[in-house]
Amino acid sequence: MTLLELDGVQKRFGAVEALRGVTLAVDAGEVVALVGDNGAGKSTLMKTITGVYRPDGGAIRFEGQDITGLEPGAIRARGIEMIYQDLALARQQDVAANIFLGREPVRRLLGVLPMIDRRRIETEALRMVRRLGARLPSVHYEVGLLSGGQQQSVAIARALTFDPKLVIMDEPTAALAVREVEHVLELIRELRRQRIGVILISHRLTDVFAVADRIVALRQGMVIADERAAATTMQEVVAHIVGAH
Amino acid sequence: MADAAAPVRPPLSHRLSFRIESLVVLLVLCTAMAVLSPYFLSVSNFLNILLATATIGVLAIGATFVICAAGIDLSLGSVLGLSGVVGAIFSVKLEVPWPMALVAGLATGAAAGFVNGILVTRGGIPAFIVTLGMLGIARGLALILTNGQAVYGLDPALVFLGQGRPWGVPMPALVFLLVALVTHWLLAYTRFGRYTLVIGDNEAAARAMGIRVERHKVALYTLSGLLAGTAGILFMARVNAGDPTAGLGYELTAITAAIIGGTNLFGGRGSILGTFIGALVMGVLQNGLNLLAVQSYYQQMAIGTVLIFAVWLDQSSRRRGR
Repeated sequence: MTLLELDGVQKRFGAVEALRGVTLAVDAGEVVALVGDNGAGKSTLMKTITGVYRPDGGAIRFEGQDITGLEPGAIRARGIEMIYQDLALARQQDVAANIFLGREPVRRLLGVLPMIDRRRIETEALRMVRRLGARLPSVHYEVGLLSGGQQQSVAIARALTFDPKLVIMDEPTAALAVREVEHVLELIRELRRQRIGVILISHRLTDVFAVADRIVALRQGMVIADERAAATTMQEVVAHIVGAH
Repeated sequence: MADAAAPVRPPLSHRLSFRIESLVVLLVLCTAMAVLSPYFLSVSNFLNILLATATIGVLAIGATFVICAAGIDLSLGSVLGLSGVVGAIFSVKLEVPWPMALVAGLATGAAAGFVNGILVTRGGIPAFIVTLGMLGIARGLALILTNGQAVYGLDPALVFLGQGRPWGVPMPALVFLLVALVTHWLLAYTRFGRYTLVIGDNEAAARAMGIRVERHKVALYTLSGLLAGTAGILFMARVNAGDPTAGLGYELTAITAAIIGGTNLFGGRGSILGTFIGALVMGVLQNGLNLLAVQSYYQQMAIGTVLIFAVWLDQSSRRRGR
């Protein structure tokens, strides 16, 4: 079943054409790797899907419905989560607050005053952190005090807490130690087993070949190759990225 | 690192989200004043301090919200003056019922804040410049509307807001406490408050997580303006006049109070409780200098010094990793 469909998506920044008509589809339970050189438009494309950027042309459909131009909050509510390369965390907020960022449950004090339900946030954040086996000192810890890998865990926990249907990961392994990389790759396989769609942006082709079902190469804002991972080789993918084909 | 999260208690200052140091400074200051002046330690002087702190305190709360979101509002003092003038003109010259004059003053403050917010978000002009411009515009407008002369003869009900003492407590002090209570709830316990901090912490993340950053900022500057309007009404009521020069330079004291209270100048952290303490520090300082008969010129120097010192303290503790 097609989960996400991009149809001729375009994005311009002034005179620069960052995306020149990108057409792409992701199925439920499919891991699609997006590769390309720096400046090929990978991050721009992902931010256009998540609503951070508004496309200048083309259409984006999710579960058959048009989501083109919706706000980030509305797109998250439909089940698209993204783990940003810079992690998009509030460093002075604690782990629990970051996991629930933008989705804080509210209770009413004395039936009137709305207040963030901290206890619920803490219990559920703790449950998620444990389920992922993340090694964090406490959900009360300020995120800025955590190591890079731990911050990564928080960003991952946030993306997975609300039963997403599609998870986009921008270089999720770039800052990690070898053992942590394996953990993320296993997580991606687990998402596939749960029929969740995954878009993985990565420079590390070994990671890409370890988990991806399909590999899409982007160059100068266009899809120049879209192949099943089993049907291609690392040399071919490198050739696509640098533009030798 | 232990496995996921046997609840380690976060440090006390994190849970309270204000600087313990500010409380220490307040206590040290009070002790020093008590030693230096025999008049300091008395109920009536304490109420005087609360009264003198009320205007600055309400203003500092406005500053806190904006600074928490990594913004700045330099127009606070001028908007205070303009709001008081408008309130007085409505009461004295237009002779409207006092609640309408009150609302007119508050609305003026909110409107000035709203314009600040729109210019910062839609116009893409730095908050520093927008509110610096508004500082000039609001002050100029207050002088034009009054022809540079204070407007006297307010409705007694308005004067009561500034000079009344129910149960012996000055009305401005009561208003300050009420405003502090409501805004403390807003900043510490609601989504609005949390998003304010998150925008100041990492604006791009806030946007990516679905927070409507622009709309929120407009609301923040409007709130800041509304609080400046409230302070303006309090000031007007206390001196029983719409004075176009009211609140001159108050933004300096208000921002200093917020920073002393632990508001991160670069956004992401702050609390009304901290600002309340910070405002009291400023109030006690001014009161003490008055009791010691120090000239007001030196008081300005003292406030400026405290501001620089507070930011230095904040920066150096941050470098040590808090």
